[in-house]
Amino acid sequence: MSAVTRDWRAWAFVAPALLWTLAFFVVPFLVMGAMSFATLDGRSLVWGVHFENYIELATRAYLWRAVLVSLEITLTVTVVSVVLAYPLAAIIAFRVPPRWQRLVLLLAILPFWTSYVVRSYAWLLVLAREGLVNQTLLQIGLIAEPITLANTRFATVTGFVHFFVMLLTLTIYANLVQLSPNYRRAAMDLGASGWQTFRFVTLPLTLPGIATGAFLTFVLCIGDYITPQILGGNTELTMPQVIMVQLGRRADFPLASAIAIVMMGIVTLVYLASARWLRLDRV
Amino acid sequence: MTRPTLALALGTTSLAALASGAASAQELNALVWCDHTDDALIQPFEDAHGVTVNLREYEGTGAALAVLEQSRPGDWDVLVIDGIDVFRAVESGLLAPLPADELPTGDFFPEIVMAENNTLDGVTYAVTEKFGYNTISYNSEAVDPADMQDLATVWSEKYAGRISIYDYYLPVMGLAAIAEGVATADIDGAALKTITPVLSQMRASAASVAGVVAAQTALATGEVDIVVGGGEWLTAVLAEEQPELTWTIPDQGAVRWTQSIGVLADSAQPDLALEFVKYIVSPEGQARLATSACFWGMPANAAAGEILTDEQKAVLRWNEQEEYLARTQLYPAPDTDLDIEMQDLWLDTLSQ
Repeated sequence: MSAVTRDWRAWAFVAPALLWTLAFFVVPFLVMGAMSFATLDGRSLVWGVHFENYIELATRAYLWRAVLVSLEITLTVTVVSVVLAYPLAAIIAFRVPPRWQRLVLLLAILPFWTSYVVRSYAWLLVLAREGLVNQTLLQIGLIAEPITLANTRFATVTGFVHFFVMLLTLTIYANLVQLSPNYRRAAMDLGASGWQTFRFVTLPLTLPGIATGAFLTFVLCIGDYITPQILGGNTELTMPQVIMVQLGRRADFPLASAIAIVMMGIVTLVYLASARWLRLDRV
Repeated sequence: MTRPTLALALGTTSLAALASGAASAQELNALVWCDHTDDALIQPFEDAHGVTVNLREYEGTGAALAVLEQSRPGDWDVLVIDGIDVFRAVESGLLAPLPADELPTGDFFPEIVMAENNTLDGVTYAVTEKFGYNTISYNSEAVDPADMQDLATVWSEKYAGRISIYDYYLPVMGLAAIAEGVATADIDGAALKTITPVLSQMRASAASVAGVVAAQTALATGEVDIVVGGGEWLTAVLAEEQPELTWTIPDQGAVRWTQSIGVLADSAQPDLALEFVKYIVSPEGQARLATSACFWGMPANAAAGEILTDEQKAVLRWNEQEEYLARTQLYPAPDTDLDIEMQDLWLDTLSQ
């Protein structure tokens, strides 16, 4: 087979993925970028290079508060999810017999099978004043009257964590099972304790899995509209909610695009900060 | 015949059959609010005309206008739109003139005809189909009904943490303005400064800011006892199971919402679309629309009262409408600049 033929075959092989990326990521991204520099004249879109949207964003206090709230929620969710997912993934990888691991993973991702919106409303009912958590706490005498759990940041974080622990468990598990047991055996042979083996051998080697899962959690969480809306009761304004308000009545796509570009900028910064450890092939 | 030729022939025949089927089964495409997606409302029209009505639900006029702008001419035939936004659709050239003499507006509640909203330069572009109130919904077993007659008490410390605010800035700001003695039609930049502290107080007392489903859920599950901006559209569907969930119009008054229906200028089937509009504003269509599964509301056409049952009219508070119409104001219809100011104030309030 000639080199030219091989090249053509290679291009033909990757062409669908390239075209897909071009059509559904590159082109929309360019349109969104261009849109963020457009303005609205009444109902008409005026294309061009106008900085009004970005200037407006810089002077709006609510937007900066929304950025801050989004970052606080996203970082909390990411940290809590990693802390919960790592032991779960480790137990599945190291303690569960290999023949049961698939079943256990299947059970771990079972909640993925239900609708995201339905799951959020289910959490709302669980956390409500008359919900399961409050009723249980009342019955065992830990509280005298129902406490407010729904429509709070706690509810938003709970809903997110429930979802992202599953995602992180998968990425960390994929990393852990690729790790040769010889590393841990060697560390033990050299006198390392269980904690030292984990701290200096297992954890550093699984950082790519953690970083990959954490990055995906960050990206999906910061752009999510549904959970803060349903579980948070819209009591704190996040960036996706600000975008939705721009679109709902006035259809201000230029301003909404500018906010989306700011959000993408934040994600890019996080990517650059974590790129050293990111191994997307581990997903 | 070779196998490929046979397959081609079969394929061509099937496509032709499909095409002829599609041509014979007429379809009407309507961009609507969720109350139009009730089979009980649509089925009689489909049966009577032998057509299929495809419905797409939307929330927010901006979303509807975006859908229309991204569609090809002729994709949509009918548009249901917020009464105060008819002029936006007309200015964009989206709506076709309607034959005013073929619409039964003579039977409508006079305040709801709203020619100033649905007509431009003497040409009618839309017709009001339903109305109701953005006011105070509450649980009568959990709050003092007398307190609900005063807007300032509703969002006072007394009910802090027990209220939910309807997540739409126009009616909520309208209520805040009414509480301060400002008519909704007079809201301007200066009035926004007057209502800013009211919104802050409302926000401080609120447990949540919720859309339709979330507000209904919060009230029904006892998460909150009051919904500011609620009304019959929120509690009527729950009336049978939870009669304690009710609504009132406070002494200061409340905000009135309306929705209109029109035929799109690019409709491929304007005659059928007009028939649909006529059906919706007919007494039968109005009675079905008023009691739609998604949300109830008063029919614009008073003749629907002859079809609605006494129980349905009691839930809708048919007999109190004269008084309610006198005590309520249409919710604010800002121009673009004021709308931006109101939206900024709303986002500022939400982020507090």
